[in-house]
Amino acid sequence: MELLLALLFGLLLAAACYLLLARSLPRVIIGLLLLGNAANLSIIAAGRVSGTVPPLVERGAQALAAGASNPLPQALVLTAIVISFGLTAFVMVLAWATWRAEGTLDPEALRRAEPPALPSTDKEAAAEAETRP
Amino acid sequence: MIASRADWLLALPVLIPLIACALSAALRGRPLAQRAVTATAAAAMLVSAAALVVEVLGRGVIASQMGDWPAPFGITMVADLFAAAMVAITALMYAATAAYAPSDAGMRAEEGLWHPLLAALVLGVAGAFLAGDLFNLYVWFEVMLIASFGLLVLGGGRAQLDAAVKYAVLNLVATTVFLIAVGLAYGLTGTLNLADMARRMPEVPNQGAAAAVAFLLLAAFGAKAAVFPLFFWLPASYHTAIAPVAAIFAGLLTKVGVYAMIRLVTLVFPAGQDWMAPLLWAVAAGTMVVGVLGAAAHWDIRRILSFHIISQIGYMIVGLAVATPLAIAGAVLYIVHHIIVKANLFLVAGAIRRAGGSFSLAELGGLWRRDPWLGILFAVPALSLAGLPPLSGFWAKLFVVKSSFDAGWYVLAAVALATGILTLYSMLKIWIEAFWKEPPEGAVTVALAGRERWLLLGPVAVLALITLGIGLWVEPFAAYALAAGEQLTNRDAYIAAVLGARP
Repeated sequence: MELLLALLFGLLLAAACYLLLARSLPRVIIGLLLLGNAANLSIIAAGRVSGTVPPLVERGAQALAAGASNPLPQALVLTAIVISFGLTAFVMVLAWATWRAEGTLDPEALRRAEPPALPSTDKEAAAEAETRP
Repeated sequence: MIASRADWLLALPVLIPLIACALSAALRGRPLAQRAVTATAAAAMLVSAAALVVEVLGRGVIASQMGDWPAPFGITMVADLFAAAMVAITALMYAATAAYAPSDAGMRAEEGLWHPLLAALVLGVAGAFLAGDLFNLYVWFEVMLIASFGLLVLGGGRAQLDAAVKYAVLNLVATTVFLIAVGLAYGLTGTLNLADMARRMPEVPNQGAAAAVAFLLLAAFGAKAAVFPLFFWLPASYHTAIAPVAAIFAGLLTKVGVYAMIRLVTLVFPAGQDWMAPLLWAVAAGTMVVGVLGAAAHWDIRRILSFHIISQIGYMIVGLAVATPLAIAGAVLYIVHHIIVKANLFLVAGAIRRAGGSFSLAELGGLWRRDPWLGILFAVPALSLAGLPPLSGFWAKLFVVKSSFDAGWYVLAAVALATGILTLYSMLKIWIEAFWKEPPEGAVTVALAGRERWLLLGPVAVLALITLGIGLWVEPFAAYALAAGEQLTNRDAYIAAVLGARP
């Protein structure tokens, strides 16, 4: 099971890296989502996939029964999923606003915050380049 | 169990901005009420942070188990001298930017969102400083991150959207790397509590995996701190934010990353990872050099200042790389000095923009003749940034450079000193272009006067006086930093405070 999770983690990570390098913001966002899911898988795998018995302590017992699953990674992953959901929603809105403002989703074409003619040794040219439109 | 004083002192720096965030969000559309909430919260946070510092000075490291679950199972909040000082400086930044913001020209239409987002940012930062376990640190980073996304696009300029895309994507990748490292660290040690992890990490049989975790965490925190190969999000975004936002970002955000690096290296990996010192050496040197050269190439005040954030981070990493008590004390002093000075410079830049109509050096000029006080208030933090005595930057640099000489790291010390000279060059460039040169044809000039002048320059003057105060009366600050350095390099007190006296 852990081997399977590790392989899936690697697959998701590879796909995420590929998508993050794409010249298209929607692909980058999907890449971020896959990356977040890879992280969640790594937490589940690192917390030992030990069993399917619910992690409840029996009445009178002091510890979990053998084969109980570890509840902590699941709590961590739940938190991480919620956080990643919120952040992804923000980035999607951001991409939409960028599309409306600039008419492009190619990160290479988004250069409004970049100085176009730098570095420059010529003071006037550099100043010209940095004047905002 | 009834909450003790320490519990309250540790909870208040988080509770106060949380309440302020909720209240000011509810009061949206009523700017006066929002300002009152923010002012009250900032004052309350200053008082509670000061009380926290006094408590930590008196009792050493204090820890509190939220919800009374015993460590290492519950949520722990810890404050040592370093964390308490960082919380105090956060409260100071909160107060300074909150006082400055309402009179900033870019802020007028955005105040309804500014107050809750600022409180949320301060909440995340204060929480990160007091977090006693790795997963909570991650959560506080995310709180800080989502608030900073909102703040960055405040004002809604098209350049800000472009900047926010880059900022958001690169920071999200960094936090995801952090999350993966959290999972792996939990898998190795079976705990997330930092003090418990510190005890168990040396016993991990697979030290190669421990090194991988350390590297991933350093990379994630390094991306937050904008160190040498991971800094690209910072110059792509900081210069687009409106002045008060840029000031609070420049002051606090990257320093949370440095704080986390220092905490991780001194607490969890104090020894036994022999690749770490050379790596930090290279990162520190690269960060200093690249940052200062980037600044030298630019002619826009905010871009210059943004690159200087990066180069100054390098000095803090020098302290961490050398890792003697004196060096760590130097890093602590440097962070405190840098937060005040850098936020102040961005606030002054906002005032220069108001008075001269531009951030571009080519379009500015003659400000010294028109407003010498503005010049003086720029000169104090600028010269402090370059490390000239008798300002705070001199002492911070002295500590860092002396410790690297003591450790025999002469090349690194030389790089640090050369970076100081180039920093002075950048600051003089701003000075000559904006203050001394004749203003160009058609330059916009606004005479800062009356109430606006006081509100813009008042917070700047207070921060400049603090810089000057640390410089002239350095003894208590240096003693505090040295004590913090001792505490950080001797981790037993921290572990005992969190886990009790258990063996």
